[in-house]
Amino acid sequence: MNNTASEEQLIFLENDFEFVSQENRTHIDETYMSQSYWKDVSKRFFRNRGAVIGLICIILIVFMAIVGLDLNEYTFDEQTITHQNLPPRIPGVENLGIFDGSETMNTSTGVVNRNKYIAEDGSVTGLEDVYYWFGTDVLGRDIFTRTWMGTRISLYISLVAVLVDMVFGLSYGLISGYFGGKVDNAMQRFAEVLNGIPNLVVVTLLIIVLKPGLMTITFSLMITGWIGMSRIARAQMLKLKQQEFVLASRTLGARDFFIIFREILPNIFGQIITNTMFSIPTAIFTEAFLAFIGLGVPVPMASLGLLISDAFKSFTTHPYMIIPPVVVLAILMLSFNMLADGIRDAFDPKMKEM
Amino acid sequence: MKKYLLKRVLISIATLLVILVILFLMLEFMPGSPFNDEKLTTAQIELLNAKYGLDKPVIIRFFNYVKNMLSGDFGVSYTISKNTPISTLLLSRLPISVTIGGQAVLLGTVVGLILGIIAALKHNTIWDTLTTIISVIGVSLPSYVFALALSYSLGYKLEWFPLLYSSKAPFDSSILPTISLSMFTIASIARFTRTEMIEVMGSDYIQLAESKGISGIHLIVRHQLRNALIPIITVLAPLIVSLMTGSLVIEKIFSIPGIGSLLVTAIQSNDYNVIIAIAFIYSAMYIGIMLVVDILYGIIDPRIRLAKEESHE
Amino acid sequence: MTESKKMEEKILSIRDLSISFQTALGRVDAIRGVEMDLYRGETLAIVGESGSGKSVTMKAVMGILSSNGVINSGSIDFSYYDNHEKIDVDILKLTKKHMRSHINGKHIAMIFQDPMTSLNPTMNIGAQIMEGMIWHKRANKKEAYQRALELLELVGITDAKKRMKNYPHQLSGGMRQRVVIAIALACNPDLLICDEPTTALDVTIQAKILELIKDIQKKMNISVIYITHDLGVVAKVADYVAVMYAGKIVEKGTVDEVFYDPKHPYTWGLLSAMPDLDTFDDVLYTIPGSPPNLSHKVEGDAFADRNIYALNIDHRLEPPMFKITDTHYAATWLLHEKAPKVEMPQALRDRIDRMLKEASDDGK
Repeated sequence: MNNTASEEQLIFLENDFEFVSQENRTHIDETYMSQSYWKDVSKRFFRNRGAVIGLICIILIVFMAIVGLDLNEYTFDEQTITHQNLPPRIPGVENLGIFDGSETMNTSTGVVNRNKYIAEDGSVTGLEDVYYWFGTDVLGRDIFTRTWMGTRISLYISLVAVLVDMVFGLSYGLISGYFGGKVDNAMQRFAEVLNGIPNLVVVTLLIIVLKPGLMTITFSLMITGWIGMSRIARAQMLKLKQQEFVLASRTLGARDFFIIFREILPNIFGQIITNTMFSIPTAIFTEAFLAFIGLGVPVPMASLGLLISDAFKSFTTHPYMIIPPVVVLAILMLSFNMLADGIRDAFDPKMKEM
Repeated sequence: MKKYLLKRVLISIATLLVILVILFLMLEFMPGSPFNDEKLTTAQIELLNAKYGLDKPVIIRFFNYVKNMLSGDFGVSYTISKNTPISTLLLSRLPISVTIGGQAVLLGTVVGLILGIIAALKHNTIWDTLTTIISVIGVSLPSYVFALALSYSLGYKLEWFPLLYSSKAPFDSSILPTISLSMFTIASIARFTRTEMIEVMGSDYIQLAESKGISGIHLIVRHQLRNALIPIITVLAPLIVSLMTGSLVIEKIFSIPGIGSLLVTAIQSNDYNVIIAIAFIYSAMYIGIMLVVDILYGIIDPRIRLAKEESHE
Repeated sequence: MTESKKMEEKILSIRDLSISFQTALGRVDAIRGVEMDLYRGETLAIVGESGSGKSVTMKAVMGILSSNGVINSGSIDFSYYDNHEKIDVDILKLTKKHMRSHINGKHIAMIFQDPMTSLNPTMNIGAQIMEGMIWHKRANKKEAYQRALELLELVGITDAKKRMKNYPHQLSGGMRQRVVIAIALACNPDLLICDEPTTALDVTIQAKILELIKDIQKKMNISVIYITHDLGVVAKVADYVAVMYAGKIVEKGTVDEVFYDPKHPYTWGLLSAMPDLDTFDDVLYTIPGSPPNLSHKVEGDAFADRNIYALNIDHRLEPPMFKITDTHYAATWLLHEKAPKVEMPQALRDRIDRMLKEASDDGK
């Protein structure tokens, strides 16, 4: 075989054929570094570039939603009639020829480029020292401030979605799965019937009863938002409650609620976080959609959907108005989706690797 | 299978009943509903009373109401188009919504499946990354963002397609709405198909099929796709319904005279009869499609079709 | 057995096979220079712990390595008859397409570990058995149906006609594994690879399935490779044994040689760890530690860290295969002429002596 030829060339050391002394023996169990579950999860998460970018974007947007309103002298509902439809103008940057307050207009006489801040004929407009970073809307309100106000609403909605998932969905699913039998049957049929009512109908009917606004949106999330989570929680519970550690805990006399929340809950954490993250974009979606058809928060409040809806009306003439809310909404949605993807993959690496 | 079917049908009926009860209660007790609005003349009230039998006990009234709703008699519009039967209003609008929705379902499902399959087959290549990026963008952006982008670029700037819906050129003017509507479906289906396919591809039975020498299209269709499709059907159902019933937003952007835009108008002008009729139509369609999908699911998946009766809860 | 072997033809010959996987945790060298031979009609058992590379080697033979697997070097020579003409191929040089249409399902078949997951849940049993035959155009639908019925009866399924229409979820684990065997046999393979065919089954069924495979092997004169970590199975069915550790074969020989005269300390460990009724030790012996993480480069002998007989050279140089007899080889420096003389542990010696005595008693 292959032993003879190669062996001749080997040079043996003097102590080669002595037993390895005890102190030289390496520690056996070091071959697989013991890694805690959470360390593993976070390692996988941070290796996912999309998810990390998403997380950073969300942090930035949250930061801006908190401080963005106070960064300039305007408030989100202040209407200045003389400042209507002003394009974006940013100090400093304007010298580069962009964001200098000029806009291209299609008029009956053709395409013209004009600047409302500084008159070309040298006359005084009264706006020479006025800067609107993102421009103003048709009522002369600052779009910059309104965008971050709108972002607050979207973030509030995501918070509600998380709470609804965690409080209603999770408990419902866990309880239904844990107790099983008749309780489970009744609870599942109820959820199925509720799930059979389209979301749009729930929202529409709520709008008739209440007035359009944040409360309506919050309620509609509460009525239907939890069903997805309850299913996952139930399925996991059904799987886990048969396992030895639960049986052991039960034979030791643990009470039901202790088993549900202390024994089982920590084991399905990954699934829960993942699902919660996915429900956030859906909730933001719902608000943006309602606002767009005029059923969102009432004026003069601002939500991203409302801003987009308002700007849409003049979007062929002043396209700059629609860009900030659309961009923020898009980044927010993308970030939450990428973050959710990343969290899912971190908790549950699906791929077989060998 | 019989038990599964029976269960699905019963749940559907129960759901429909719940919706009817809610709608009925709303009509009965809502201030400003057609029954107790002060703007109504006495003659109109008497007409309504006679028609809905308001002097009769609640149960009888409820059954009459259910009978009317199920037979398509939704009453008359109250503010939008005075005294026009709602069924007439709906009849002209429903086909438009369903057509555009149907086109979007078709486009979305076909493109989504193709993208998902490509991504899974070319797993960990540039194609996979590309599809993943497309689908993340697709599920992340609201359909009106696409609608706005499309109508601004292809409609307004390039003038390839009409900006607004027109009944004279229903197909041409439905292209942009269809595409913008289908984006979400494309993205979700592609995403889901990819995940399911990858999972199926790694399964033991695919290895067994490969070790039998099965390859190519036959392997993909008969073994991989068929097993991956079963869970895809479940996510398809709600997508279909939301598309078939027409997106309110898309109908608004492209001024499409469908039921979505009718609902928006009705809500804005407090036309309760119309709102409730549309709510009923939506629910009925939703429940109907969910039922069909559930049955389809049962037929395709032998584990349900041939489940032992007692083992199914 | 040993004498007649040379007369027979070699059907599979693996040389210097080395495979690595690209994983999220880096490159894993799963197979590091495997060599093995198999002759027509004989049975080879590959034993080793999980992760030792048994399954990966056989998946390479089947051409079903997962997509992140890279073959670094080596050859898998396989010979078969097509229309009475002998064809020799190197499986690693074949395209996937050629492999599927000429080798898989025609000349090599595989039985997978878990019958619960290895059948397609959306196809009925009959279709799954017939599929391969129809696909390779070996039979039309009618013939395939007849053959499938025969095969189901061959693997001991009663009421075959009714079973043909059943779906996997309607059958028990043992039944499913019989169906998987029927699928594998449907193509009249020259080589049957059984990847732990009985681990997922309970003990009484295990024995039946092993008997079944043995019977069929005799009837059809096919070669069988068992992948297993169950030495009991090996003793029952195999002619030859290859012991794998960390992607290498560390000892190979006839069943008698490896069982009664093991030379590698790892084989000693495996044999000592095998529970049997006659051992009265209080504790069951286990090999200390766990197999090395193959994403790190292995210096010297991969088993050195777990080996109580490790020599200094084990940490420095990889031992070559030392020849013991014509058929028996082991890769351990202990067999080098300069190495100190080491005998297997006394407990194992006693146990082997006892087994030998029983065997000779049985022989009388």
